[in-house]
Amino acid sequence: MFAAKTAAARALGSLSRRSGRGGGTSLPGKALLRLAPDAIERLAGRLEDGVVLVSATNGKTTSAALAAAALGPDHPLCRNGAGANLLSGVASALLEAPAGARLGVFEVDEFALPEVARRTRPRALLLQNLFRDQLDRYGELELVAERWRAMTAVLPDTTTLVLCADDPVVSALGEGRDHVVRFGLDDPSVALAGLADAADSTTCIRCGHAYDYAAVYLGHLGDYRCPNCGHTRPALDLPVRDIDLRGLDGSAFTIGGTPLEIGLPGIYNVENAAGAFALATALGVAPDVAAGRIGTARAAFGRFERVIVGDRDAVLLLVKNPAGANEALRTLQPNVAGAVLLLALNDRIADGRDVSWIWDVDYETVLPHAARVVCSGTRAADIALRAKYAGVHPDRIEIVPGRADALDRALERAGAGGTAYVLPTYTAMLELQRVAAERGLVRPYWEAAAS
Amino acid sequence: MITIVPVYPALLSIYADRGNVRVLQQRCAWRGIEHHVEPLALGDDLDPRRADVILLGGGQDRDQVLVADELIRQAPRLREALAEGACLLAVCGGYQLLGHRYHGHQGDDIPGTGLVDLETVAGSSRLIGNVLVDCGDGRTMVGFENHAGRTWLGDGVAPLGRVIAGAGNNGEDRTEGCRAERILGTYVHGPLLPKNPWIADELLQHALDRRGGGRLEPLDDGLEAQTAEGAAAIARSERR
Repeated sequence: MFAAKTAAARALGSLSRRSGRGGGTSLPGKALLRLAPDAIERLAGRLEDGVVLVSATNGKTTSAALAAAALGPDHPLCRNGAGANLLSGVASALLEAPAGARLGVFEVDEFALPEVARRTRPRALLLQNLFRDQLDRYGELELVAERWRAMTAVLPDTTTLVLCADDPVVSALGEGRDHVVRFGLDDPSVALAGLADAADSTTCIRCGHAYDYAAVYLGHLGDYRCPNCGHTRPALDLPVRDIDLRGLDGSAFTIGGTPLEIGLPGIYNVENAAGAFALATALGVAPDVAAGRIGTARAAFGRFERVIVGDRDAVLLLVKNPAGANEALRTLQPNVAGAVLLLALNDRIADGRDVSWIWDVDYETVLPHAARVVCSGTRAADIALRAKYAGVHPDRIEIVPGRADALDRALERAGAGGTAYVLPTYTAMLELQRVAAERGLVRPYWEAAAS
Repeated sequence: MITIVPVYPALLSIYADRGNVRVLQQRCAWRGIEHHVEPLALGDDLDPRRADVILLGGGQDRDQVLVADELIRQAPRLREALAEGACLLAVCGGYQLLGHRYHGHQGDDIPGTGLVDLETVAGSSRLIGNVLVDCGDGRTMVGFENHAGRTWLGDGVAPLGRVIAGAGNNGEDRTEGCRAERILGTYVHGPLLPKNPWIADELLQHALDRRGGGRLEPLDDGLEAQTAEGAAAIARSERR
């Protein structure tokens, strides 16, 4: 009976893909859960090497992709892709698991995580960070934190927690547990001058007093200490040191003494790679092997891409919340003088209907140096207005709502041999991907995710 | 010299409330008006003689009790500042704190400053979405709301406007926000001033009046108007 239900749901997925309406990435899972509510428990139980879950506000897709790269050669994988990271997406992935898959590696939406964890009984979780993101959808950060705390309270003792110690809320999830691996950055040479105005979780999780930071690395992530009650970042099992940020070309660092080089830009990808390394080594991959595999992995779909268009190119960096946007701007900083920027702001449900967050991004430090700012998306005027108040003269701001037209305009402005730097929100990224795919520039995402 | 005072920005800035500070700063700078921003930190005392434009933003629910305690201590200084010509913009959680009280679900009430005759009652659902408000005199206010509290105005208190699309104060009586002399309160959260620059200029005019600075010069608000029209169209098209 269960086999018939899974077959029916699988057929639906293949039908949806053939009809050309997207990748069919969560539809079969939805159908399956309706036919067999315990399908996830049953299908996850068939994976002999178990399930690992990866979650965060920022970096879950990239962390999961890098972890999969590190684990895949030893464990045939079942993965979800293309942001299908709710319960239905995990169900779809399990339903369509490749023959012989032994280990599930799933990126999971932070709000869906407790339910997915309850059903899949993961052997390990990699938890990176919690930032304010899409408050209209999730309510406040503290609400998600509370759900995560309730989740870890009922996880089996045998489950390994791989935690980013730089985030006080995430790090504290490991308190009182036996199997915990904490990684974190330990190189003040790449620290920020201080907390940004957009920083979240900057008050002590024990007593509520403001933390003192020995080093701030990204948003509220860093080496914190409470001057009131003494709560500090715990000792790091895997400290990340010797960090060399090479702009858009990537980064090099050591983690627990193992050297690692990645082609992905920005300090947030150092955190992503460190988390993937910590997870892979916790599951038994040798450190140098894990480092080699992560170092050669490509960016997760759409997080960072360089697209060649004739004699010029476009560099795309996904931005979806203030912390991520500030990091993308920090990465672009060395390239932005006299450059052409395309800011594509959508307000669809996956982006968050509320676009207030753009006023928490430090555009002031970067946009005034750009030669031209092209603004696009369903909220093109909102981001243009943000640029105006960031100090960009209105003569240098162009509003081109259509995503394809905006890309053309930005490339035209970049000129021969030039680069357009594109900062799209999630669905704007998907739209730009589609434009690029139609022109044969990159592959559509469900093919990329399956590869 | 105009002094802009964001109150407890570390706790009351959840919805990018700093956008309002940015707008006030730029609209001063573009007109050559001397100004500075002097945030009020938790535990510090407001200086009623200095504060011209006081901003109360929205915070996380868990911080609301802490903020309420501190703000009640500051209430006499706030009253004094207002009596001497200062103005106050209160948004979302800060708006609720203008009132007498926030009635929680299980009798867990949070007292407010009582600066304005209004009360807020916890609702069972959050009112979330784009909002468009008719503020009279051909003026509209547009933005985004996200609140669980239902606010009810006292008999003598005027709303800031009438809801055209969205929920407003309580989702029932079509009122939105409050207006009491130089106090403005609203559920249009976070950065409401960019798309509603007339409110920014109303605040700045109050500050100029207090400091003997004459009339504000008009600015080219074409992009502001275009953005507000786009947001208004989205608010109108939403079914909630």
